[in-house]
Amino acid sequence: MPKFLKSVAWFAVAMLGAYALSGIALNRGESINAIWMVTAAVCIYAIAYRFYASWIAAKVLTVDETRATPAERLDNGRDFVPTNKWIVFGHHFAAISGPGPLIGPTLAAQFGYLPGTLWILIGVVLGGAVQDMVTLFFSTRRNGRSLGQMARDEIGSIGGTAALIGTFMIMIILIAVLGLVVVNAMKHSPWATSTIAATIPIAMIVGLYMRHIRPGRVLEASAIGVALLLLSVLAGGWIDHSATLRVLFDHEGLPLAYAIILYGFAAAVLPVWLLLAPRDYLSTFMKLGTIFLLAIAIVVLQPEIHMPAVTQFIDGTGPIFGGKLFPFVFITIACGAVSGFHALIASGTTPKLITNERDIRMIGYGGMLLESFVAMMAMIAATVLEPGVFFAINSPAGVVGQTAVEAVATINSWGFPVTVEQMEQLAKDMGESSLFARTGGAPSLAVGMASIFASAFGKSLLALWYHFAIMFEALFILTTLDAGTRVGRFMLQDILGNFNQKLGETSYMPSVILTSGLVVAGWGYFLYIGVIDPNGGVNILWPLFGIANQMLAAIALCVATSIIVKSGKARYAWVTGLPLTWLVVITSTAAYEKIFSDDIRVGFFAAANHLSAQLLSGVLSVEKAAVAPRLIFNQHLDAYLTMFFVFVLWIVVIDMINISRRHLQGKKVLASSEEPYVKTALE
Amino acid sequence: MFNKIKHIWHVIRRLSGDDAYERYLTHHAQFHATMVDAPEPLSRKAFFKLWQDKKWTGINRCC
Repeated sequence: MPKFLKSVAWFAVAMLGAYALSGIALNRGESINAIWMVTAAVCIYAIAYRFYASWIAAKVLTVDETRATPAERLDNGRDFVPTNKWIVFGHHFAAISGPGPLIGPTLAAQFGYLPGTLWILIGVVLGGAVQDMVTLFFSTRRNGRSLGQMARDEIGSIGGTAALIGTFMIMIILIAVLGLVVVNAMKHSPWATSTIAATIPIAMIVGLYMRHIRPGRVLEASAIGVALLLLSVLAGGWIDHSATLRVLFDHEGLPLAYAIILYGFAAAVLPVWLLLAPRDYLSTFMKLGTIFLLAIAIVVLQPEIHMPAVTQFIDGTGPIFGGKLFPFVFITIACGAVSGFHALIASGTTPKLITNERDIRMIGYGGMLLESFVAMMAMIAATVLEPGVFFAINSPAGVVGQTAVEAVATINSWGFPVTVEQMEQLAKDMGESSLFARTGGAPSLAVGMASIFASAFGKSLLALWYHFAIMFEALFILTTLDAGTRVGRFMLQDILGNFNQKLGETSYMPSVILTSGLVVAGWGYFLYIGVIDPNGGVNILWPLFGIANQMLAAIALCVATSIIVKSGKARYAWVTGLPLTWLVVITSTAAYEKIFSDDIRVGFFAAANHLSAQLLSGVLSVEKAAVAPRLIFNQHLDAYLTMFFVFVLWIVVIDMINISRRHLQGKKVLASSEEPYVKTALE
Repeated sequence: MFNKIKHIWHVIRRLSGDDAYERYLTHHAQFHATMVDAPEPLSRKAFFKLWQDKKWTGINRCC
């Protein structure tokens, strides 16, 4: 295409994006179509990728196409392998995209569709995608070293240790909150529970098939597994209709939590080929298929958004989680906007596959844009619901009231119409006994997805679509739970190996059991507290996860900023410095509020003191009084944990500033750990 | 059209690791082509075990 036409085309994309964005941002009163959100997102991603990412690659990183990558120099046919960029993109995207971008936007929808949407779009373009790309680049220039090693090499040992501890803590909290989401989706739902339970033997059948029956036939085995999974959704419906079978799968939250904890331990100790690896294949195929289907359904159906642009809950009184719009929307939506966890994938595995540095923009920046698009679809699926229905599903009973009548009255008093009959009919349509107070985001996302799918592909199948969506979410939540527990176990074994060599051996069974048990006990504790908490637990755990994840992102951006400054490009340091500053501001503010706020729904200490006072004055019911001491202890623990996160973050930031200042003053700092230039021999 | 489908199938096999053993055999043949007493390549089953164990050490799944 001639240059002039190209410019015109890009100008048109920019105009369309600006038009769509102003449409969703300035719209007041009438409802808006989801297609505008999709259009705005796609145009903004295209412009950012074409111009900002290219500029960063050319000017800030000075990507060099003639330079041999570690995959070429160290090619060993195993971990270092020059790989086609689309294949690397596929692997990288499968690794970074978990359940996070589906949950965060759903919870943040309590502020209305606009704040979350803007943060997803702006956050990814200036923050998340930049972090992923620069981390991938710097790790590629350093033979695929991990974030922790790069932090140690470039900033100092404190930075390295901070990254390690941060990763471990995120893992524990992430798994707990994900476990809680699954428990809330299974609570008193024989259909969901039996379907989710069936995924375990199905994964094992797939594992046995590709290990012993037809070794290595991954696609055959996966096809069988996917067919069985779809069958299990149908079978769940039969079980639900059978009076004798349904009682076997009809449980309270606590027994389900114990089952998840037991499962997590088993998954960490069992060999990977039996459970983890086959489950991962199934969840990856399901995830890609479902996301693709959802995107098509949204484009075909063009559903109306029913949630207002901004709700009154920006003042901090929201039912799903307490706290004002600033900073909590930025904490709630981590994955999809900025996710520190990605820095661990972008350093380590992916850089060892990159054939040429010019692929880094597409894999790092492009991969994160796609993840952000998933978050946009979750936002759409949450906001196409009637707001009254959305709040009825997502508000914990401790906030809106125990009975359906109370809950409906509370939600109506906020100005969101919903009736008991409407909720009963919805529950009936979805094949559930009740949809009140199903916190955690999964049930409301499933209702949203089921409505979209059913309108696009057949209305009579609502209950099937609902349970398909629940199965799909639970499937890869449990994959993250398995994989996370295993990673936690490896990290713990690595640490213990410093004290006792035997404990560091990954195949030494007593050590495997000990460390798996410790990791499972860690997240199991938070899961248990989340289940017994009458306010639903998600409102405590999700912000904690958000703070931890943003802290890790800030550490990754610190490493990147110090490398940029040390390489003599201080004038471009704002590229990573800007998102870093923003992350430091929001995590510090959020942490400050979580620790010192007088609002019992925000401040940990305030909540603990309030509960203590209630306990002393004897106003609590017997049941609540029995669990109160544990909740009080947990609130204290969470407060200290938050302090610890901020403390670690500031240490790394101060270290980074010191290193940068010393370098600019011409003093000696740690030398760059970049590998020397070697010319590529590849085409 | 047929070539396109073939190409997509190739990419899916590559992404999922379905063709990992075939690629290993090619790599093995190339690498050991010049050796006189080249070791026998691993069986499909033995290779798959190694490949899967290697894949699941370290962080490869995220939130």
